Amino acid sequence: MQSNASRDLVVGLFVLVGLGALAYLSLQIGGLEFGSQEKVVLRATFDDIGGLSARAPVRVAGVKIGQVSGIALDEDLRATVSMEIETGLDLSIDSSAAIRTAGLLGDQFIAVELGAEDESLQDGEEFSFTESALSIDKLVGRLVHDAGVSN
Amino acid sequence: MIGWIRSLGASATSFVEGLGQLTVFGGEITASLVKPPSRFGFFLRALYDAGVLSVALIALSGFTVGMVLGLQLYTTLSRFGAEEGLGAVVGLSLVRELGPVVCGLLVTGRAGSAVTAEIGSMKATEQLDGLRMMAINPIHFVAMPRALALTVAMPLLNALFIVFAIAGAFVIGVSNQGLDGGVYISGLESAVRFADDVGQSLLKSLVFGMLLGLVATYKGYSCSPDAAGVARATTSTVVTASVAILLSDYIITALWGV
Repeated sequence: MQSNASRDLVVGLFVLVGLGALAYLSLQIGGLEFGSQEKVVLRATFDDIGGLSARAPVRVAGVKIGQVSGIALDEDLRATVSMEIETGLDLSIDSSAAIRTAGLLGDQFIAVELGAEDESLQDGEEFSFTESALSIDKLVGRLVHDAGVSN
Repeated sequence: MIGWIRSLGASATSFVEGLGQLTVFGGEITASLVKPPSRFGFFLRALYDAGVLSVALIALSGFTVGMVLGLQLYTTLSRFGAEEGLGAVVGLSLVRELGPVVCGLLVTGRAGSAVTAEIGSMKATEQLDGLRMMAINPIHFVAMPRALALTVAMPLLNALFIVFAIAGAFVIGVSNQGLDGGVYISGLESAVRFADDVGQSLLKSLVFGMLLGLVATYKGYSCSPDAAGVARATTSTVVTASVAILLSDYIITALWGV
């Protein structure tokens, strides 16, 4: 069993490159995080969330600042959406959360529109102003109905 | 009629027998993993043969698969004005299915067949019997390092394949077709999750590597000791391992949940 130094070196390189590719896939592409990165959890209650799903992005001014972590029905049968937001952002307490659609048929996301107050939302707090998802079905339905009435 | 039923029974029996022998062989390989000496030098040589020598093939195929995906999906998606979905579609299809399966089939043809042919010719030239004469267990000495090397090499090659394919799709989608690079990468990163997708990809490639290592060494070890027997065993490795990879791919996908 002779060992061959240059061959062993190449094998070592292969393993390193393979592990590097694996790490790139896991950490960068797959978004694997070790340890608990600091996140602020905020909640918002909507009458209708449309097609919003977990992991949908939360954006301020179009920039992603977090994602939807859970959707639940509260006792009033309204949808409570919890979202994980990056720390260090001062979202004023009169900010509003709206469910928007990327493009006409794209995925739904939560757009946060900033308010004017000096105080900012803390971990676990709830958006006081929300705007439900705009349903194209409903819009078309209303349009057809209105057209029928006016005729 | 009776003869036909009899031959059906005989082939069914021999299939079950083969499965049983394969299982026993797998058990012996597993047991010899922990038995001293470790045969680390042989493992390194086998890893060189199975892993390092496959890198060029895997990189080239990965890049080409990525380029084809980029071209096909970009043209189809752009008909719906959904070019920005390219990263997500490329990433998910590669990480979940194409990477492990195509890489598994390529390694089967490139390295698995070579392992069978090597062990088979050792058997045909009575080298395995020679080892037994010296009280060396050929499973521990010959089969175990190669099976382990295929198992270790597969996830690494799979990761390389996927990274090269992502780059290939980038070259076509971004540099050639004019999609924005940031849109491609951010679509990719937001669609692919570690827990759902990369983990599944890793599990698949690990299982495929184990299956291939087991099948390739078993077929070589159990081939009939002549030139035609080695040829049959090599063909049988490629066929059996490919079918096993495709079948287990479906099973893992179904169990994991889509």
